[in-house]
Amino acid sequence: MATKAARPKKLKLAVRGPGKRPIRLIVNGETREVLVESRRTLLDALRKDVGLTGTKKACDEGTCGACTVLLDGKPIYACMALAIECDGKSIETIEGLARDGQLHPIQQTFIEEDALQCGFCTPGQIISVKVLLDSNPRPTLKEVKDALSGNLCRCGAYPKIFTAALRAAELLGQEK
Amino acid sequence: MPKVIKTKTEFEGHVFEEYVVIEGEGLTSWEPQAELKSVGKPTQRIDGPERVTGKAMYTFDVQLPGMLYGKILRSPHPHAKIKKIDTRRAERLPGVRAVLNHKNTARIPFRQSQTLIFDEIVRYVGDEVACVIADDEEICEDALELIEVGYELLPFVIDPEEALQPDAPKVQPSGNLLNEKTELYERGDLQQGFAQADVIVDGTFRTQCALHNCMETHGSVAFWEGDALTVWDSTQHIFGVRAGLAQLLGLTLHKVRVIKKYMGGGFGSKNGLGKYTIIAALGAKMTGRPVKIMLDRHEENLAAGNRPSSVQRLKIGATRDGVLTALELKAIVSAGAFCTWPPSVGGPARQLYACPNLKTEQYTVFTNTGQLSAFRAPGYVEGTFALESLIDELARKLGMNPLELRLKNYTELDQTSGRPYSTKGLREAYERGAKLFGRNLPPQSPSLKGMGSAPPTLGEGVGERFLRGFDMASQIWSGNGFPPAYALAKVNPDGTATVISGTQDIGTGTKTVLAQIAAEELGFPIEKISVEIGDTETGPYAPLSAGSMTVASVGPAVRVAAYEARQQLLDVAAQLLEVPRESLTLSDGLFVSPALKEPVAAKDVLAKLENFMIIGHGARGPIPKTSRSIRLEPNSPT
Repeated sequence: MATKAARPKKLKLAVRGPGKRPIRLIVNGETREVLVESRRTLLDALRKDVGLTGTKKACDEGTCGACTVLLDGKPIYACMALAIECDGKSIETIEGLARDGQLHPIQQTFIEEDALQCGFCTPGQIISVKVLLDSNPRPTLKEVKDALSGNLCRCGAYPKIFTAALRAAELLGQEK
Repeated sequence: MPKVIKTKTEFEGHVFEEYVVIEGEGLTSWEPQAELKSVGKPTQRIDGPERVTGKAMYTFDVQLPGMLYGKILRSPHPHAKIKKIDTRRAERLPGVRAVLNHKNTARIPFRQSQTLIFDEIVRYVGDEVACVIADDEEICEDALELIEVGYELLPFVIDPEEALQPDAPKVQPSGNLLNEKTELYERGDLQQGFAQADVIVDGTFRTQCALHNCMETHGSVAFWEGDALTVWDSTQHIFGVRAGLAQLLGLTLHKVRVIKKYMGGGFGSKNGLGKYTIIAALGAKMTGRPVKIMLDRHEENLAAGNRPSSVQRLKIGATRDGVLTALELKAIVSAGAFCTWPPSVGGPARQLYACPNLKTEQYTVFTNTGQLSAFRAPGYVEGTFALESLIDELARKLGMNPLELRLKNYTELDQTSGRPYSTKGLREAYERGAKLFGRNLPPQSPSLKGMGSAPPTLGEGVGERFLRGFDMASQIWSGNGFPPAYALAKVNPDGTATVISGTQDIGTGTKTVLAQIAAEELGFPIEKISVEIGDTETGPYAPLSAGSMTVASVGPAVRVAAYEARQQLLDVAAQLLEVPRESLTLSDGLFVSPALKEPVAAKDVLAKLENFMIIGHGARGPIPKTSRSIRLEPNSPT
């Protein structure tokens, strides 16, 4: 005779969601197919599933900008987007900036101006500068500050970051 | 031959005496006017490229094959006893590999036995209760919700003044006062000092709790190979973490390796071993797989240390012409639930000004809140706020310019030891500050009228919401280096060199500075130097990277190691090149001698020896008995 007490409690699986599904992310020009739960953020998908850890996880709640990436050319906080929302879309991360071992001018000026200390916010800062310079090749200092207002630097490298951004604008202007 | 010496060192306001072993040559300091090629020259960060390309491997970025994740269940109560814990539902969730808690782990005392790694008593909101180890973080989060904990709520206290009351709930069994006594410092005759005073000011100053919020949260990745443990940790002290892990897990030192390559900030909060590191090691042991635990931002704010709040009662006496005669401070500092050392809130009062009669008394008090940790000049920032606020009040009461008052009590002697400072730049900082304010006057002049006493004016162009006033404050903080700290300089057969030390770069540019020092002493261009730090397995011991002491401790060790390597290089090269040893010098990677037709590259000499490798050993020498360096930074007036 089956007794009630001997039966294991029925497991509630309601919180587990619908499970994983495949999506396609075009990351720095390469198409990558990954299997993610619908609640996985783009940030975690990039870092864990695609294996690109240059995009940093610092606050994971849309306040610090360390995970800034370009989604179809527009800057977003990767921690605030679900990976499934980005299915089929194009994403540019810090790893996509240097080409053939050649640093991007923004990366170069960040080194030359020593626009970092611990470097954890740096990938996000650089992406935000790139967004600015792509649309506004000759920004003023105020425009640089506005463009970087969504990126926290806990070490306090801001003045050097602004200088690096302005110098990168000069370098890119000369290239054209 | 190694020499054993006894040395006295000061760290963040605390004095220690210890035995250290010194090896290698005692080198004299470079003269300020010496013509140096690398040291003192603007140099780009040698690890800049990896940091700007996202390639630098922070602990948060470590992903190992088969790696599991850990998430910690934290107490929602400030003080409670865990009556029951049921993890069965969590354990049945697919993907969960283990749920660690006090029932299935060893009793491991932590923080001088003030807590256990998993304690049945939780003492603050955020205290560790259990840890889920699972295939991914989302599964961990689901499983945390399935753990059932029954708490018996206990009375709690969160205000340090209330915690000192006799009937206050006890946070620790021994009571709420750290070490069961106050930290007392006295000099001169306080009563007489106040009797001599024409003017006395006093006040109560409260400072708030402050959080570090490093961009990279605290965390570790742990894995076992047989009985050997390797831990990647976001830490300012790899050797401290190694010692702590070995002690708490009952391992020998040669079976524990701690690695930290890059770190996203520490600010003092990563000076020591955290519970999460031990838990990651236990979880990895239990599952047989690597385990990664990185705190999330919420946990970082709750459980990763803070600059504690303080209440300071301060009283200052001075003569009519502004000479300090007496100073008394009573400080109450919240320690949080666990604490092993008191921050020196009385440091600025004891050291910033010449004052013969002085008493500071500090109560470091346990409360049911998150624990304190070092935070950029621990204690001194809080102490400075009270001291400098009251010095300004004294200036107003005396009708004296605040800068003049500070200069009147300026001292070239460390008031706690009576010894002169080796360097002190505060007077220059005062002068420069006054100059930048458009009052280009000699600092002795009493004519900086209005400073501090002028009513705030509306700022220009900033709208009516803002007032612009100006005043001044100065902070004292010492930066010194001391043994033990060791380094190796390894010269490769191709004329490059690798500096190895068990120090760590916390974002301050340690690698670059050490490369500059090695390049200078070795006689190599800096491009030929690499620096390998942050690994207890490869580097000899170096101290924690804190207290503004890394360059002054590890730098000299690197210099001695490079010097020894250069001596060996010259010995070998003289024989290979068949020139007198005394005639040979090494500079820019080239051997030069009047006996040689032209300079010979180091790599061409070393190539003749195939894989011969030169290794120089270096140690940080003892501190001269009379000197101590000090660095002072002016707070820019706002």
